[in-house]
Amino acid sequence: MTLPGEWEMVIGLEVHTELQTATKMFCGCANHFGSEPNTNVCPVCLGLPGSLPVLNERAVELAMAIGMALHCTIAPSTFHRKNYFYPDMPKDFQISQYDLPINKGGFLDLPDASRVSIERAHLEEDTGKSTHLGGTGRIHGAERSLVDYNRSGVPLVEIVSGPDIRSAAQARAYASELRGILIATGASDGRMEEGSMRIDANVSVRKAGEPFGTRCEIKNLNSLRSLVRAIDFEARRQIELIEGGGVVRQETRHWDENLGATSTMRTKEEAEDYRYFREPDLVDLAPDDAWQQRVRDGLPKMPAERRALLSARLTSSTEAQFDAVEVVIDLNLETYVHAALDAGVDPALALARAANELAGDIDNLGHLSSEGFCATLLMEQRGDLSATQAKTVLGEQLAHGGDPASIAASLGFERLSSESLEGTVATLIEQFPDEWARYREGDEKLAQFFIGQVMKVTKGQANGKLVVEQLQARR
Amino acid sequence: MKSAAQTVADVASGASSANEELDRSLGAIRARNDELNVFLYVDEVGARRQADAVDEKVRRGEDPGVLAGVPIAIKDNLCQRGIPTTCSSRILEGWRPPYSATVIERLLAAGAVPVGKTNLDEFAMGSSTENSAFGPTKNPLDPTRVPGGSSGGSAASVAADMTPIALGSDTGGSIRQPAALCGVIGVKPTYGLVSRYGLIAFASSLDQIGPFAKDVRDAAILLEAIAGHDEMDSTSLPEPAPSLSAHVDDGVAGKRIGLVRDLVDGADDEVVDAVEGAAQVLRDAGATIVEMSIPEFRLGLSAYYILAPAEASSNLARYDGVRYGLRVDADDVTAMNEATRTAGFGDEVKRRIMLGTYALSAGYFDAYYGQALKVRTMMIDAFARAYRDVDLLLGATTPSVAFKLGSKVSDPMAMYLSDIFTIPTNLSGEAAVSVPFGTGEAGLPTAVQLLGPARSEARLFAAARILEIAEGR
Repeated sequence: MTLPGEWEMVIGLEVHTELQTATKMFCGCANHFGSEPNTNVCPVCLGLPGSLPVLNERAVELAMAIGMALHCTIAPSTFHRKNYFYPDMPKDFQISQYDLPINKGGFLDLPDASRVSIERAHLEEDTGKSTHLGGTGRIHGAERSLVDYNRSGVPLVEIVSGPDIRSAAQARAYASELRGILIATGASDGRMEEGSMRIDANVSVRKAGEPFGTRCEIKNLNSLRSLVRAIDFEARRQIELIEGGGVVRQETRHWDENLGATSTMRTKEEAEDYRYFREPDLVDLAPDDAWQQRVRDGLPKMPAERRALLSARLTSSTEAQFDAVEVVIDLNLETYVHAALDAGVDPALALARAANELAGDIDNLGHLSSEGFCATLLMEQRGDLSATQAKTVLGEQLAHGGDPASIAASLGFERLSSESLEGTVATLIEQFPDEWARYREGDEKLAQFFIGQVMKVTKGQANGKLVVEQLQARR
Repeated sequence: MKSAAQTVADVASGASSANEELDRSLGAIRARNDELNVFLYVDEVGARRQADAVDEKVRRGEDPGVLAGVPIAIKDNLCQRGIPTTCSSRILEGWRPPYSATVIERLLAAGAVPVGKTNLDEFAMGSSTENSAFGPTKNPLDPTRVPGGSSGGSAASVAADMTPIALGSDTGGSIRQPAALCGVIGVKPTYGLVSRYGLIAFASSLDQIGPFAKDVRDAAILLEAIAGHDEMDSTSLPEPAPSLSAHVDDGVAGKRIGLVRDLVDGADDEVVDAVEGAAQVLRDAGATIVEMSIPEFRLGLSAYYILAPAEASSNLARYDGVRYGLRVDADDVTAMNEATRTAGFGDEVKRRIMLGTYALSAGYFDAYYGQALKVRTMMIDAFARAYRDVDLLLGATTPSVAFKLGSKVSDPMAMYLSDIFTIPTNLSGEAAVSVPFGTGEAGLPTAVQLLGPARSEARLFAAARILEIAEGR
């Protein structure tokens, strides 16, 4: 979206990510999405009187891994209590980090070469989940509320960016790159639709060169699409307000996906006083050098580096290949692509099959070996399989596993002999004399017509490239 | 009444049985509980089951444990699975915890027989056990007087020979002060020595579970049984339970003991006499008594009444009517929270929640909570300086003998002053023992307090034992 006049957006994002630990942050309950309500609970995560928290070391390691990937300093840190009443928070306070977070001062470089600073990335516990019945579905006016405490005490890391982002598109790129990092570190599955990554956006507007304007915080954006729409809506709302002679009030706003609009949740004056103080039930957290080094040694390559490694092997840089690289990095498919390139598969073909066929059936990758992927693509490249056949053979491997040559044989995908193809082409030329004449006169579009006819006759077994060779030879 | 140590010996040898000891305890409770209101709940069924298990072990020739067959009273802010646990508050009425505190698990493993839950000041906030939603406990030595508090029920259970030992919790003196007023031994162990898992929090950084007993050896045996690292409590000390009962007779020869003016000044004359008499006994036993002043101790009370309520305001937030205990229905969730808390908490609890909420509020935090933390650091430093010079400190536990029921309920400040000598140890997280010593007004017991650095329990017990011997026990 382009803003009117000399307006520019100033955006900072707070990204909450649930950590993929086996157990919760302060107890041994399973950290598992989708269980029956209130089954993964114990005295600790229910905040029962007398219970005490014990910190999960794995959560600390994942938080450190995130911090390291974001070039943060790992610092000695403490836990605080953030006090406020809410039914889905069993202790009526949240254990979080306040003035001394575990990670501080880093940055994230985006694919467009812009850099966004990271102020901090700290540990905290998640709340339970409320479902409000009746009324608007929000707590006010609801007839009754149900609370599921399975999520209560799930470890979270909150990553706070500096106010460095200048457009919704850049915000999207930041969130997307961060998501890649979270997945790469193993910290998160990045599933926004399950709430394992949630975004709050601080948005203000200003005329270029002026000091920051008053910001509004938009809560709980649960998809990249919502993030972009909400930021654009909010920036336009603030500009219209200011240009109409109004002032932006500092407030927290709610994004309504259906209305496509933000609305006031609470104003600054209504903001809670959280009465932060040190959590007396936990001790200070100061990971020693050896522990930090172990985590650092275990870090895999981050998306930016992987993207660079893959891009360096491409022979051309088309938009389609750039997009395919994004998909391949995002879905962690590059083992297949690198293997195919090593085996001599054309980069365009390797990227296309990975970004389309593999990406489309991501849950079944376990059935497909890189060898199977390479062999299939080489058969296609040699002309032993047509494109359609190669896709079918890949699909069969994804669904049931197996060896591509045997699958091709069992499906009757025999390469047509050149004699048989010659015969087919000759017959079709006789059958369609007008089309053949136009082709000979130089209408190249007719090549497609003949390929289509050949495919029909051979039930897709022919190789399009070889058909064109035949046609050209007879011209 | 028979000591815990003797009970264990008798049960193990077959001279007695856990069931006989339990009968004796239940008989004593039946005889006086209506009058004194010591127990809020007597778990006859569970106690009988545990006694049977102990007797069965003896019969089979298995080790029945270091507390085999000893009846024990449990302050009602310790969670015991399936047993009503109220903190003497309406807000927890009807709640039965689905889990047991670590100390309960350890007691059961040691063969002790928990007989029931004792009265306390609501959420352990008070010094007389009069702030209980279920009525005050009376002092067994004079039922017109308070037993002290907040662990008044547990102190009274031992004083009334209902159980030879009991567990309490001490946040600002809640074990030592009632022990003094009831004439029994009370121990506030080093912070972290005993796991707090399952102790319903009042002020988490100050709370510590500890024993009541008739004599020093029983206190040492009980503390050994419940102490030691617990992975469920992050603030638990890393080492296993120390050896304590083996050192009870170590004496004090060659020890330097500081007699602290600031832990005596302002006490009644009879209490001052007791402290000076105790100093003489310790000197006679070979200790060197050094007179000293630690003026920082006088700041303890004001720092405590910021820090403890601040933590309490957060710890008690969870009693909101949503999940357990009392719920008073109202139009929406906020109104329900408010109605529930209004009906469920007593005046003193409300007073402290308000104090603490205020102390943590934006704009006041630095002036109150922040300042109190600095005082706490000063207190820790002052203790450390003193312990560079001496091995232990000596002073009064509380300024007077047991006072009359109702005499201080309308004056919170007067009540708070009962804890002026005990609070410094909670702020430093160190150890202290109250030992009955001497007699005051109306034949009531006076007491002295021995204080030591972290992990000095064995040394404290040895000194306390010297005073006990001098008293003819």
